[in-house]
Amino acid sequence: MNRTPVLEARDLRVRRGGTEVLAIDSFILHENETLALIGPNGAGKSSLMLTLAGLLEPASGHLLFRSEQFPTGSGATGYRRRIAMVFQEPLLFDTTVFGNVAAGLKIRGVPPGEIRERVDATLQRFRIAHLAGRSARKLSGGEAQRTSLARAFATRPEVIILDEPFAALDPPTRQLLTDDLEQVLREWGTAAILSTHDQGEALRLADRMMVMNNGAIIQSGPPSEVMNRPATEFVASFVGMENIFTGTTTTTIGGLLYLEVAGTHLEVMGDGVTGEDVVFCIRPEHVVLSVGTPESHTSARNVFPGKVIRIVPQGLYQKLYLECGFTLVAAVTNQSLQELRLAPGSPVVASFKATAVHLFRSG
Amino acid sequence: MEVLFQGIREALRLLLTLDREVLSITLLSLKVSGLATLISVGMGMGGGTAVALTEFPGKRLLVSVVNTGMGLPPVVVGLLVTVMLWRNGPLGALEILYTPTAMVIAQTVIAAPIVMGITIAAIQNLPPNLKLQILSLGASRPQMLLLLVREARLPLLAAVMAGFGGVISEVGASIMVGGNIKGYTRVLTTATVMESGKGNFDTAIALGIILLTLCFGINYLLTVVQQRERPR
Repeated sequence: MNRTPVLEARDLRVRRGGTEVLAIDSFILHENETLALIGPNGAGKSSLMLTLAGLLEPASGHLLFRSEQFPTGSGATGYRRRIAMVFQEPLLFDTTVFGNVAAGLKIRGVPPGEIRERVDATLQRFRIAHLAGRSARKLSGGEAQRTSLARAFATRPEVIILDEPFAALDPPTRQLLTDDLEQVLREWGTAAILSTHDQGEALRLADRMMVMNNGAIIQSGPPSEVMNRPATEFVASFVGMENIFTGTTTTTIGGLLYLEVAGTHLEVMGDGVTGEDVVFCIRPEHVVLSVGTPESHTSARNVFPGKVIRIVPQGLYQKLYLECGFTLVAAVTNQSLQELRLAPGSPVVASFKATAVHLFRSG
Repeated sequence: MEVLFQGIREALRLLLTLDREVLSITLLSLKVSGLATLISVGMGMGGGTAVALTEFPGKRLLVSVVNTGMGLPPVVVGLLVTVMLWRNGPLGALEILYTPTAMVIAQTVIAAPIVMGITIAAIQNLPPNLKLQILSLGASRPQMLLLLVREARLPLLAAVMAGFGGVISEVGASIMVGGNIKGYTRVLTTATVMESGKGNFDTAIALGIILLTLCFGINYLLTVVQQRERPR
């Protein structure tokens, strides 16, 4: 990936209705990069996106586009013409699909012949050429959002900002649109910022993931790092780390820590000091379940006999709540569940590697 | 019933023979109400769009005042404008009382809040993020305003119709500030009141029918504009 920054923000402060809603010390979006913004409602994702799109004026700080300071006031129009934004609602105009996709080009004063050419190509690319003459009011949710995406991409923006674009769509439509968006982003190399509540979508599309809370960026990094090595307890719980525990270091031996949690002992990789209180987490999918003798045939350093207390179906997999002296959550496929014949009350052995445990200091 | 048929016959006669007096009354009605509507559209749509898109202290109070203004009784407007334009009034020096200009002013005072009130509601009824979406498409502020107005064209044209309908049919203000002077400030409504008062019901009905036809014609034209270019 090209590491040239396209968008940068430094010491950015944004106020809305007299309240500070954004306090960003540093933000960078690189060329050709897809950045996924995740965080709870009210975390500041939309405010950050609106600010980066030139639609919300910051109270202070620096905003740079290709190393140049953002213009303000009427000068911002030129800057906004290099960026496009798609909202959760399609926000289509009361005209045809063609008219909608042509809107950004008409605004820029592109000659009619060129508009037709570019709109036709974009309609083809988003597979809505057959809808060109249809009224935007008569489109399904998926078709409307496809039109909204096509309208944004028709202007060939250097950066595209997508604020939960698929949140209101049903899962199959969402899947199809995500496929098309992924292809367009890769083919056209457009730098993109995508905010989403769907971590699957973020993992699939993003080169980098950024977690926000209370108007600040809490963690930024490759998706695998954010998902497996969360920086804080908040990030851990937000990215689905349901196994978050507090323990005390009892022994440290060469990069291996021995922890005591509710009377149970665990081995984890990491540095620490004896007697130190720590918080650690384990992803449910890193917990391995077996039935039979606890210690047999495993390299996992942490093996706990226990029993299933609850099974919660999650679609393609099942979430199992286990009692092992402490409550541990494991995620297994439907097939594994059937093969192991697990049901509430079944005895089970849970294990996980010392490297599967992610440690952060409690302080 | 006979009176009604006689009135219809009289209306047809007046229209077909292009009666000079009726023609001049109709043209003046169109001129005064058309001009008042035009000024009201400029003021009401401009002001209404600005109010709808801006947040400021006292906005709710202003919108309430405008909404109250949508139901202003024409006689009260007539009285107010008369007092202002009276020889010793604040605007007496203009010497425009009992002129078509005074009638245009009074009718503008009636129509502007109607247009403005409907405009505020129409623009506020658009999706809240539409303004941001238009700006993010690269629109300048004037382009954004034009696109918003285009999106709200159905209720906005209804605002024009309501404004025009309100002034072409009012009589109280026109008679008070115009004086119903023959050949100068006599319009369809004031002439209808006068003929009816004199017991000339056939002429009054004829003028009423002309007024109704005029209203229908103008509203039909506006409806055609309102409904055209809507994709199927």
